[in-house]
Amino acid sequence: MEELLLEKVSTITGAQAVVQCLLAENVEVMFGYPGGAIMPVYDALYDYQEELKHILTRHEQGAIHAAQGYARSSGRVGVCIATSGPGATNLITGIADAQIDSTPLVCITGQIHAHLLGSDAFQETDVVGISMPVTKWNCQITKAEDIPTVLAKAFYIAQSGRPGPVLVDITKDAQFGNVDFEYEKCNQIRSYVPNPKVDNLCVKEAAVLINEAKKPLVIFGQGVILAEAEKEFKAFIEKAGLPAAWTIMGLSALSTNHELNVGMLGMHGNYAPNKLTNECDVLIAVGMRFDDRVTGNLAQYAKQAKVIHLEIDPAEVDKNVKTTVALVGNCKASLKQITALLKDQKHTRWLTNFKELKAIENEKVIQNETNPLLGDMTMGEVVAQINKITKGEAVVVTDVGQHQMVACRYAEFNQTKSSITSGGLGTMGFCLPAAIGAKFGAPQRQIIAVIGDGGFQMTIQELGTIFQTQIEIKVVILNNQFLGMVRQWQELFFDKRYSATEMVNPDFQTIAKGYGLAANKIEKRSDLEAALKEMLTHEGSYLLEVMVEKENNVFPMIETGASVSDIRLE
Amino acid sequence: MKKQFTISVFTENQIGLLNRVSIIFTRRHINIESIAASESEVIGIHRYTIVINEEEDLIIKVTKQLEKQVDVVGAFYHTMDEVVYQEIALYKIPTTVLVAGGKAEEIVRNHNARFLAVEPGFTIIEKTGHKEETQVLFNELEPYGILEFVRSGRVAITKPMKQLKEYLKELEITSLNN
Repeated sequence: MEELLLEKVSTITGAQAVVQCLLAENVEVMFGYPGGAIMPVYDALYDYQEELKHILTRHEQGAIHAAQGYARSSGRVGVCIATSGPGATNLITGIADAQIDSTPLVCITGQIHAHLLGSDAFQETDVVGISMPVTKWNCQITKAEDIPTVLAKAFYIAQSGRPGPVLVDITKDAQFGNVDFEYEKCNQIRSYVPNPKVDNLCVKEAAVLINEAKKPLVIFGQGVILAEAEKEFKAFIEKAGLPAAWTIMGLSALSTNHELNVGMLGMHGNYAPNKLTNECDVLIAVGMRFDDRVTGNLAQYAKQAKVIHLEIDPAEVDKNVKTTVALVGNCKASLKQITALLKDQKHTRWLTNFKELKAIENEKVIQNETNPLLGDMTMGEVVAQINKITKGEAVVVTDVGQHQMVACRYAEFNQTKSSITSGGLGTMGFCLPAAIGAKFGAPQRQIIAVIGDGGFQMTIQELGTIFQTQIEIKVVILNNQFLGMVRQWQELFFDKRYSATEMVNPDFQTIAKGYGLAANKIEKRSDLEAALKEMLTHEGSYLLEVMVEKENNVFPMIETGASVSDIRLE
Repeated sequence: MKKQFTISVFTENQIGLLNRVSIIFTRRHINIESIAASESEVIGIHRYTIVINEEEDLIIKVTKQLEKQVDVVGAFYHTMDEVVYQEIALYKIPTTVLVAGGKAEEIVRNHNARFLAVEPGFTIIEKTGHKEETQVLFNELEPYGILEFVRSGRVAITKPMKQLKEYLKELEITSLNN
């Protein structure tokens, strides 16, 4: 790598500078789609095909979701690149997704010549304006000489503090222009304090609250994964015997089989942690943002509890839930500090409450969903069967809807960064391209994409990317011939008026075949285990379509506007 | 309860930042009563003065969102009694009403307003003050025919606040140790 980096200062084009910046930031793979206004950069990339792998997706939305999947499975910055106008606007959904799920991305878009800006030129779009509400930072470059400093800033901002997407728009003349290239990584921006220092007094105050608590409950989110604080988190809960429940974004930060892991929070989460949120005396939130899907009705959310919030983003503190003590800063640091002050405790009686409620959920919901004896196949039993074969070692990438809730509820994980899903934005079509990116981010791991028949068809064209790159992804389509989650709501809240939710689907096996993928379709329970084994042992990508019950509902459920403790089991 | 607040935002001089700042209000459906932007006493640092009628709880959240923007150096909110502020209003009236011997000229002088330009067809008057004051002058001149009227956004200086230069120095240190 060293010899590829240019000597200190040399005059190169802006486009070459872009490539040099990416190399200097140790970018190994990027996802993109070429077009007129970004052609100079693509031309420069041509000379670095070995060092800087470019994955040609079939749509810019595919490129950005792949970059997200890459970032999520690797913990590194995802890079994607597109042309101006439609290329740039096609990135927007993924940028918004990355913004709300705090995914570090650097998106590079081409732009028309600077002298044409504002003239409605061919493929001109004000992408800086459009992306402003959904980027952590963005910037337009009109001069080649600005490329190194702006890209250095972009990488620094994307991955520091609370990560997020950054967009850099580069006019074509800036790509053609010359620059005396010199690259210096950015490590400070005056107006930006990404890692606030945790206040020691607050740490002490929080430790006292936890030590005195009789019924403490920890709720954790992706902040634990983003801070790479999984070890610190585990030590923290183990020392004080704290039951810990996760948001969908926090899934896999703690092994699903850990004895203190009490399950998933929120609308389709587990019975015990939701119910007991309104009984705990101290609620300790770690790297999560009290999303409405987690809290239900805020007016009836944990009102009895003292709230401790470990959070890196000051704007999240007191945004939705008033805190008693806030530890603003990186949770890797604050967890370590607070653990040192904790007493060894077990909270055996309190933990029994979780076990009792879990037993109720098990009997009323989980058994029927993961191990039904009669009727059509359920999504839950497919996920349970996958667990048996993978033993929690695989990365499970999900789309959005019923299958997502089921997969997140039942999938088992032994290691972190193993669940990749679109949490905050709920972007259908996320899964397939994100799974591709996840494979590039963690090439040694088994990647299983669990998708509904609806979301699959939103980015189905990315099968072409799998075909061209020959990477290995296992695609499981849970086909209920409906947009299942919307249908469930129609059944429960709209008198079963199934408006525009029934799907007449194509033959997915034939489509897979066209893309050179091995494929299978099963409709009987007796074929499930063998079909999954065949898929998972197959060398190369594989598509397995599983026909599941058409009108099954995901339970438990907290209805919109209801309190977490009003969670329904049926 | 909704109250009037003045938010001061100090930013780096970056294209598009005004848009980024205003998005924070528009996405929460908050109406900006007035906004004024200019360079501050420190070269390269711009300051926005934004007037909002909202509940304090929301103002706190919005101020944090402003502060969160990478290029925002600092954002502060203040109640009315914590700021000294002014607005400027310009009035264009027909010159004929001044020379016709009516009360128009007296009104202008009573309000301590200034004549900025006098042309055969029109006269331009300037008054600085709070909105209520410039509005009274407007109301009194209205019967004589106002051809054009414009009022600036509020500019405000807060009574209790750290000097910007000191604040920047501290920030320089905190952002470096990150």
